[in-house]
Amino acid sequence: MRTTKLTSSLGIGALAGLAMGALATLATPAQAADDTIKVGILHSLSGTMAISETTLKDVMLMLIDEQNKKGGLLGKKLEPVVVDPASNWPLFAEKARELISKDKVSAVFGCWTSVSRKSVLPVFEELNNILFYPVQYEGEESSRNVFYTGAAPNQQAVPAVDYLMQKEKVQRWVLAGTDYVYPRTTNKILEAYLKSKGVKAEDIMINYTPFGHSDWQSIVADIKKFGSAGKKTAVVSTINGDANVPFYKELGNQGVKAEDIPVVAFSVGEEELAGIDTKPLLGHLAAWNYFQSVETPANAEFIKEWKAYTKNDKRVTNDPMEAHYIGFNMWVKAVEAAGTTEPDKVIDAMVGVSVPNLTGGYSAMLPNHHITKPVLIGEVQENGQFDVVSKTPGLVPGDEWSDYLPDSKDLIADWRKPMSCGNFNVKTGKCGGKGS
Amino acid sequence: MRRALRWLMAVCVVVATSTAAFAADLRPIVQSLGSGGYSGTEKALEQLSEAGDPAAVPVIEALQAGDLQVRKSDNAVVIARKAGDAFALTDPLSGADLGQAAAADLTRIRINNSLRRAISATLGALTLMSPDAGVRRSAADAVFKSRDANALATLETAIAKEQDKGVRAAMEQARAAVLLTGAAAATMPDADVQAAVDTLAARGDRDALVLLNMVAASGASEATKKSAASAIATVEQKLALWGALQNLWYGLSLGSVLLLAAIGLAVTFGVMGVINMAHGEMVMIGAYTTFLVQEFFRAHAPGLFDLSILVALPAAFIVSGGVGIIIERSVIRWLYGRPLETLLATWGLSLALQQAVRSIFGPTNREVGAPSWMSGAFELGGLTITYGRLWIVVFAFAVFAALLAALKRTWFGLSIRAVTQNRPMANAMGIRTARVDALTFGLGSGIAGLAGVALSQIDNVSPNLGQGYILDSFMVVVFGGVGNLWGTLVGALTLGTMNKFLEPYAGAVLGKILVLVFIILFIQRRPRGLFALKGRAVEA
Repeated sequence: MRTTKLTSSLGIGALAGLAMGALATLATPAQAADDTIKVGILHSLSGTMAISETTLKDVMLMLIDEQNKKGGLLGKKLEPVVVDPASNWPLFAEKARELISKDKVSAVFGCWTSVSRKSVLPVFEELNNILFYPVQYEGEESSRNVFYTGAAPNQQAVPAVDYLMQKEKVQRWVLAGTDYVYPRTTNKILEAYLKSKGVKAEDIMINYTPFGHSDWQSIVADIKKFGSAGKKTAVVSTINGDANVPFYKELGNQGVKAEDIPVVAFSVGEEELAGIDTKPLLGHLAAWNYFQSVETPANAEFIKEWKAYTKNDKRVTNDPMEAHYIGFNMWVKAVEAAGTTEPDKVIDAMVGVSVPNLTGGYSAMLPNHHITKPVLIGEVQENGQFDVVSKTPGLVPGDEWSDYLPDSKDLIADWRKPMSCGNFNVKTGKCGGKGS
Repeated sequence: MRRALRWLMAVCVVVATSTAAFAADLRPIVQSLGSGGYSGTEKALEQLSEAGDPAAVPVIEALQAGDLQVRKSDNAVVIARKAGDAFALTDPLSGADLGQAAAADLTRIRINNSLRRAISATLGALTLMSPDAGVRRSAADAVFKSRDANALATLETAIAKEQDKGVRAAMEQARAAVLLTGAAAATMPDADVQAAVDTLAARGDRDALVLLNMVAASGASEATKKSAASAIATVEQKLALWGALQNLWYGLSLGSVLLLAAIGLAVTFGVMGVINMAHGEMVMIGAYTTFLVQEFFRAHAPGLFDLSILVALPAAFIVSGGVGIIIERSVIRWLYGRPLETLLATWGLSLALQQAVRSIFGPTNREVGAPSWMSGAFELGGLTITYGRLWIVVFAFAVFAALLAALKRTWFGLSIRAVTQNRPMANAMGIRTARVDALTFGLGSGIAGLAGVALSQIDNVSPNLGQGYILDSFMVVVFGGVGNLWGTLVGALTLGTMNKFLEPYAGAVLGKILVLVFIILFIQRRPRGLFALKGRAVEA
């Protein structure tokens, strides 16, 4: 009896050891010499966010691999250092510290949720390193050490609402979101924006649901009820992650068609649709700065490389992947211009760098560390892809401090010298104001 | 009198224009569907609607299905349907065979939401005279929705000829909607408005309410307005009643999902007393088994796809139950009587299982399809009931009944009860308690697997599936009374209904918090839950 007990606990111990070993190999830097430049990749590979972030790790590995094939950077090879913050916000900060202090990386590409970004922000500022953040977010932030390559609200939410207002003649709005900072801030901006356009308070319904909400019956019924008041109604969805699948399934089951009540989503891309039967969703909308279905030579090339790299013909591409593509190429260009990977010099060289994006134009890094992007609106097709129905004629510059919120409308960010400030108040003429 | 005359004239004009347009050749209009982008297509569609010629129906249906394409060589609009690697082309109007073309030689005429709307409106107006009653019915509904003035003349003729009572009612409602929203609405004679109000009051749903509100706010006579107002009051009362019933149904449906998720835990935690944090992962394994079974059906027997769920049920029970038995034999049996260590060990196991599934199947969601008998919804009076939810409710009660019967009426159930009530005595009577423990844990896990099959229909099939249900399951079991299956049933239904009645008032987030607060207070009053076990069994 005793021996079996021992072997079983040995077994558990061995298992635990194995797991630790696996983690350790992920985290340990390869025997590094000075002839490589290290690039940190800080994306969750386990836990709730793995569903979205694993793809971004893969795309970074692909980009680094390609750069190395082209001869590396400054005559050195790039070396990716992958860590797994396991969807655990405090662990993000720990892992970021480890990447910068122990692995001595030159830049980090990572984070998905705003809370993970907020968690690592002090680490990057304290240790003075660079973070590329590739996801659309709520704005109201600008840090010297962070480059925001995803969309600010004015590059996604506001143009989407404009489209619905002009093309679909929507007069009544449901703002539905998951209950955390990104949807709450975005909805606050949208509410102010809609009111500035003359929409009455009774024509706006705001609804929040917990993370991973799975029973959408009564909310979808409420939306149907709200939409049957004789005015054209649309749903603006900031519902995040896993909750989307049951939401769309319920919409399909209750027969809410895009012709009657269109749903425009800011967090649903090709990857999220891969888990749903899209036939009932035909015509529902999404607003992004990139869709896989965009027909440009650069995009065709990117998709081909991605499928070859992942050895999977069914893998899809999405918007945050393009953001990393842009961010990585910008960093490469800035390092080449600065002639060093020294963060201070690279940060200064970043502003003004312009690289091709995948939608047939150029994206440039602005002094507020956000970038210029086109805004695309797409309708869901039966094959799980989006059909682009609207594209802004020019590029939209990212606006970090929203003009529609009273707390931030007077703030701007400009990291060029001599201003070098992330929250400059144009009213008082001083650096430092509300919001940050 | 003058008003009536003017009204008559308006009708005449509509009829005259539509008959005149009948003569127009459709070909140039169909040709123009393919040029000018969305707005060009929309304009051509409008012309087709004005022409009012049913010959255009197959063309519009092809446009809706995405089969209408433009041949690049001569810009001709053709119907192209997939035939092997290439497309078979036919003429949209005559249906003549135009040979084949490769995908690269064709451009699909793209449609967006506003076009889709225009298509269903036009199709509605053009199919009002169809020989098929079902088609006429949906045509009338489409016109009701689109309020297309072009359809009025056809609608009048169709009503005069209609034999089917239900379809005629739908057509009359459509006519009322068109008249009330049309350009001539302000000058309509009172009697007509009154007739329209009566028709709509009989319809009595939310769409009717919109139109009635319009009448009540319009320049109609006082008497008409008054009758509209009383119709509104009746309709609203009716809707409120149906709304409450609908909430009850939602509560029942959420309750049955909770029941399914919790009932396996009622066995492992309730009967055996094992705090099994990996219970959610058993549900998740059941869902992934469903995915694998469906993949098998997709690859080998796509025709039998509708049966895949039925095959998945025993498969999920066996797989999850098997994993459960392995877990019991390898980990849990060493930890009986040490709840804290059990909790930590099973929690670790749940993380390990999640990561294992993530490594094997990838972190992204897997698509589990709904069989045709589980998709869509039907109307029952004012209730909308989705088939998927209905089957889950039925299934949850079936599982509950089966488990109850297994525990009360079989030898195995008797052994489980004997072991949990008095282990040394059961042992002395020759029951192999260790084996019963393993099988009981397997039973609870297998039932969790069954829940996974049902949940795969309404939730994500991802490694995190189980996490969302573990907390709710414990809540249900503790609330209902540990060790009592009936308590689990009543607990699940109570919490489900309470959640759904709170949600419309308090919102989903606050609703959940309120339910949690209620349970905490309740447990303070009755620490053993709704149905506490009494007698010696409690101490054992």
